[in-house]
Amino acid sequence: MIGDLLTGYGFWNPLVWVAVMATGLLVAWLIWRCGESDYDKGTEQTKPYLSGNDEPEKGAVHIRGGNMYWGFTHALKGYYDKLIPLHSGVVNDYLVWFLIGVIVIFVVVIMV
Amino acid sequence: MNVLLDNLPALLIAVPLFCAFLLPIIGRFVPKIRDAWIICASFAASLVAVITAFTVYTKGTIVYVFGAAAGSPAAPIDSGGIPFRIIFTIDGFGAFMLLSAAIVSFAVVLYLVSSQKERTGRSEFYALYLLLTAGIFGMVSTGDMFNFFVFLEINSLAGAALVSYHRRGGLAAEGALKYLIVNTVGGLMVLFSIGLLYAQYNSLNMAVIASQISLSTLNIIALVLFIAALAMKAGSVPFHFATPDAYSVAPSGITAVMIVASQAGLYGLFRVLFTLYGDAFNTVTLGWVIIVLGVLSMVIGVTMAIPQKDVKRLLAYHAVSQTGYMLLGVGVALAVLGDPVAMTSYGQTAMEGGLFHIINHAMYKGLLFLAVGAVIYRTGVWSLNKMGGLGHNMKWTMIFFLIGALAIAGIPPFNGFASKLMIYESVFAFNPALSIIAMVVSILTLASFMKVFHSMFMGPQLPEYAEVKEVPKLMIAGMVILTIFVIGFGLFPDLVVNNLVAPAADALINNSAYITAVLGGGL
Amino acid sequence: MIANLPFIAVALLIGIALATILLKKNMIKMVMGLAMLEGAVNLFLVTLGYRENGIAPIFTNAPEGADMVLPTVQALTLTNIVIGVATTALMLVLVMVIYKKYGTVNADKMRRLKE
Repeated sequence: MIGDLLTGYGFWNPLVWVAVMATGLLVAWLIWRCGESDYDKGTEQTKPYLSGNDEPEKGAVHIRGGNMYWGFTHALKGYYDKLIPLHSGVVNDYLVWFLIGVIVIFVVVIMV
Repeated sequence: MNVLLDNLPALLIAVPLFCAFLLPIIGRFVPKIRDAWIICASFAASLVAVITAFTVYTKGTIVYVFGAAAGSPAAPIDSGGIPFRIIFTIDGFGAFMLLSAAIVSFAVVLYLVSSQKERTGRSEFYALYLLLTAGIFGMVSTGDMFNFFVFLEINSLAGAALVSYHRRGGLAAEGALKYLIVNTVGGLMVLFSIGLLYAQYNSLNMAVIASQISLSTLNIIALVLFIAALAMKAGSVPFHFATPDAYSVAPSGITAVMIVASQAGLYGLFRVLFTLYGDAFNTVTLGWVIIVLGVLSMVIGVTMAIPQKDVKRLLAYHAVSQTGYMLLGVGVALAVLGDPVAMTSYGQTAMEGGLFHIINHAMYKGLLFLAVGAVIYRTGVWSLNKMGGLGHNMKWTMIFFLIGALAIAGIPPFNGFASKLMIYESVFAFNPALSIIAMVVSILTLASFMKVFHSMFMGPQLPEYAEVKEVPKLMIAGMVILTIFVIGFGLFPDLVVNNLVAPAADALINNSAYITAVLGGGL
Repeated sequence: MIANLPFIAVALLIGIALATILLKKNMIKMVMGLAMLEGAVNLFLVTLGYRENGIAPIFTNAPEGADMVLPTVQALTLTNIVIGVATTALMLVLVMVIYKKYGTVNADKMRRLKE
């Protein structure tokens, strides 16, 4: 019932993927079952270990969304410094870009 | 019953319009049945669309002449071969778009009925929603150029009015105003091109223009204006600037339907390029123009999405990026349209990949917007810097968001992987550099969604969100409908491609089938 | 040359309208520019239907052998006028809401949605 999707250069069959994932999950569950099951909740055994320091409060330990990938944006600063001001929010600039797009496509289609 | 089945394309427009016009009266006199009325109306409209799509898939192209007796041809015998009524021509591609619009619009109605419960002005909201649905259905079914323009304007107006619904201190009005101005200029450009084509060929019918078109300077001007205006509606660079503004301030369910409306603009672009102009021009140049637009959209969309802090603006930039995939796939098919060897070896697969991506994108992007809307509904914030640890409270929303995020990144077994695989392999045979850019963009998409998923759902439970509960069941029902299709299309991609996408691709590649269906007889 | 005069007028109007839309920062003036652009496209459509020495396209009591101007473009123009009315009305309402909430109608200052 789940057949092959032919792409002309190969094929993709979701059934194989599902079978592999099911086997992998089964193996993971079997390994999980061999773990320790007797521990005391709420005591020292379930707290994260931070080299002996106190655990900070919950609001401060969560990395906020705006701070992720700062390395990526910092590395591409030259590109972003040109790109972000272009999305200025002024409607007239949007229409200028519209006109530029029309003229460029027209020149390309006429010339080539 | 036979009367209904004969006039299905007319019902496609009549059912949503009639129910929309009754809504303010119902809201004024019997407001208790308003929710039931909108759900039944949307279900009826989607049912008509699905039945029409299946009729097209089993019986061939439907050519429906408005106002004529059933079964009469589009070009009456005594007119000399000129069709002179407004016709609806629904071929494989139109049926494909009807299916995706029907599914998404019904799932979103279930979501909206529950999320708009506390708001005022609901009758007009639902009436505008049904008008938008009628506009989308009409835009993908019509065979007449001016009718297409009218439905395009209905989409812009209803969409802009719906975007501005929650005022939020004026932000929604600003987004709606920018969206409306840019779309009006685009619509006027489309009308100018239609005027140019009418002046030369004295007909507004797509099939008549397609059978006589040649490539003069005026037609090239018309083609360029069409491409610019319809690419603006679809949200591709460099016309994309108003899209994130409008999508980020709209109510979340409305954004999911605006995605479908923008894909109807993509339908118009492909209809103009493949059916209207056919192979009257040098397709290699135009194919490369579309490919460049697609690549720019992909790259700029995803790189602008990564530093965003407003979660709906991030999703809107991803919508721009995914439109680039569709343009890339179909652009490659357009570039090799004149070369039969390349067409059979990879052009057909590129076209099918691009078209399959359209319906996949409507499904998973709708699911993502609904899940994010559920989070905003419960917490009231939309900035990623303030959210965190919601996975403890909103488990179902987290699961649906995870499914949508994996689907958009192209992870098996969801539907995004199937269409992206077809695009990668066929574009690689055309030009390896484009395929590598597409894969890098996919990796950046995955990175961006992992950022959103972590900052919204992972982490310890924050004290300010301790009482956040799960969203009401109707919203979950809407998300479940879309998830079924995301997973179903991913597990059975060959069934979908062979039965739904391949007729659409064939209908676009051979435009002579379209012309003979209208001029040479019809249903 | 005299027959091309309407087309030259259309080109001029489109130029003036585009200049207004692209250069004016006041939202009301931009909406005026858009209304002028719609008027220019309407003029273009009506001019397309003109036939030299044509009469109004009414069959009743029409003189024999007379040319008629094309009626289809007149229908297109009427539809476009109605669409233009609805669009302009909605745009002005949105400008009013922005003025009430922001206090300004200058495009450079209503930039809260950016980047």
